[in-house]
Amino acid sequence: MSLTREQVEKVSLLARLKLTSDELDLMTAQMGQIVAYVETLAQLDTEAVEPMAHALDVSNVFAEDRLRPSLDRKAALANAPHSDGEFYLVPAVLGE
Amino acid sequence: MSLLRQRATDLLALLHSGQITSVELTRAFLNQIKLHDPRVKAFLRVDHERALARAADIDKRRREGKSVGRLAGLPVAIKDLLCTEGETTTCGSRMLEYFKPPYDATVIAKLKAADAVLIGKTNMDEFAMGGSTENSAFQKTANPWDLSRIPGGSSGGAAACVAAGMAPLSVGSDTGGSIRQPAGLCGVTGLKPTYGRVSRFGLVAFASSLDQIGPLARTAEDTALLLEVLAGHDPLDSTSIDMPVPNYSQTVKQPLANLRLGLVREHFGEGLDGEVETAVREAVKVYEALGATIKWVSLEHGKFGVATYYIIAPCEASSNLARYDGVHYGHRTDEKKMIAALAAERQSLESAGRRAEADALDNPLVRMYRQSRAEGFGAEVKRRIMLGTYALSAGYYDAYYLKALKVRRLIRMDYDAAFDEVDLIAGPVTTTTAFKLGEKVDDPLSMYLVDLYTVSANLAGIGGIAFPCGFSSAGLPIGLQLQGPPFAEERLLQAAHMFQQATDWHLRFPEMVSNP
Repeated sequence: MSLTREQVEKVSLLARLKLTSDELDLMTAQMGQIVAYVETLAQLDTEAVEPMAHALDVSNVFAEDRLRPSLDRKAALANAPHSDGEFYLVPAVLGE
Repeated sequence: MSLLRQRATDLLALLHSGQITSVELTRAFLNQIKLHDPRVKAFLRVDHERALARAADIDKRRREGKSVGRLAGLPVAIKDLLCTEGETTTCGSRMLEYFKPPYDATVIAKLKAADAVLIGKTNMDEFAMGGSTENSAFQKTANPWDLSRIPGGSSGGAAACVAAGMAPLSVGSDTGGSIRQPAGLCGVTGLKPTYGRVSRFGLVAFASSLDQIGPLARTAEDTALLLEVLAGHDPLDSTSIDMPVPNYSQTVKQPLANLRLGLVREHFGEGLDGEVETAVREAVKVYEALGATIKWVSLEHGKFGVATYYIIAPCEASSNLARYDGVHYGHRTDEKKMIAALAAERQSLESAGRRAEADALDNPLVRMYRQSRAEGFGAEVKRRIMLGTYALSAGYYDAYYLKALKVRRLIRMDYDAAFDEVDLIAGPVTTTTAFKLGEKVDDPLSMYLVDLYTVSANLAGIGGIAFPCGFSSAGLPIGLQLQGPPFAEERLLQAAHMFQQATDWHLRFPEMVSNP
């Protein structure tokens, strides 16, 4: 199955990526090629196979429920592109 | 003999006996970096001052008879995806160009506790996605054996710096072959441990169910020494396994009696370069001469490994990399320009009477995410995020992700059956020797197929080791790969050491590692 440019554009919104028109063209072609390759899996009968989500059969690992020091606010905000020292700042969503 | 050519284990003995100091040793490697890294470009940053200060401190403690760590005074290079507190960790990406992590990765903390001298951060494919290190946002690393060729990837800098005599020990990560493949192409020894053997805490995540940190070095003994420091349970990584860490650096020296070595029928098919095949078959003869019995086995679903991997890894990547939103850390687009561009788009659509399209434009927050990510990520990372997002989007989950998880199980079952009959599996690391820089950059699928012999180990979660077993007529290293059942790292290292006792491929050096 080949992908359409419209599908790829929709995926770019889901992926939160802004692609230029040229990038969309190239991505459509390349993704089509890769998707066609990975679809070779369809030829395998996997009806009775249990999916393997993880390499190890580990059961739930629980951490002890106790207070521990965590990153302080200054360190947590140190790499923020835009903050007021207390919060992360983002562009207004509901208009100016 | 030049310090640059010595094994890490020998250097450690010289340090312990006081014949050399860590400052002298660190200087020697820093000097080699200064002389040759402008052409090899293995390092993104070299921590000259701090490395020497640390070496001096270790020398002092040693002189005073105080206790020192397992690697005391040995220089170690770090792939730039392991978080180092307060020091830039870029992951080869513009997205993290100025990122200074607030904590150390567990393996970094372990190396510091072992008194290793961290000399710098090595180049890599952006977010470890690639097989040639050409996807780094900053520079292209060259293969020290031929500067017109790729070093492999994604741990290309990590392998190249060992081959070029710029570090005796190096730490990389392997998601689909990213330690073993560059080790093979650069003629060094590299081990991908069993999933869960080494803590991933502080490793910048790519595909969390496949990623594993591991050592690269000149010899199996050196690799064992470094693994001994890296391995172990970590409460901060709930997927790390609570099992004792063997004394790899000791057990590595014990030869394996009655080794049963498996060869995979499917590995010797179409696409395998003739010189690589010959070198691998010769290596198998070395094992036979050492008393191993050879048995052919089948990994029937191995040919589906790359397809399975290129569903699972992008799916996990698209989810992991969703964290780069331009808000918490990492690159953020110029907000004023972004708002102005958005307003101009709206106006142009409205004046053309395209009201519905104007209303469907991104809101400023969504546009900020999209624009920041578009600027911060390179082409390959975008491709994988897109593939993963597509494969996980509504209606496709069963056909792609779920299907891939089922084939993953089949791949693992093949291995389990093979390891009922043999102790280790031997074969090539790659189909060819190192290719030319630029040769595959425009063809993502051909780049993906470079992982043919390595991805299955990651999908199955098992360990593997690569080390040199010959050279091509053009003088390029050829690697042998051994794979073992889960937690058979000791066996992998022992088998590699046996081979290195009988051969000297691992002691060949490219011209730049001079021997005065």
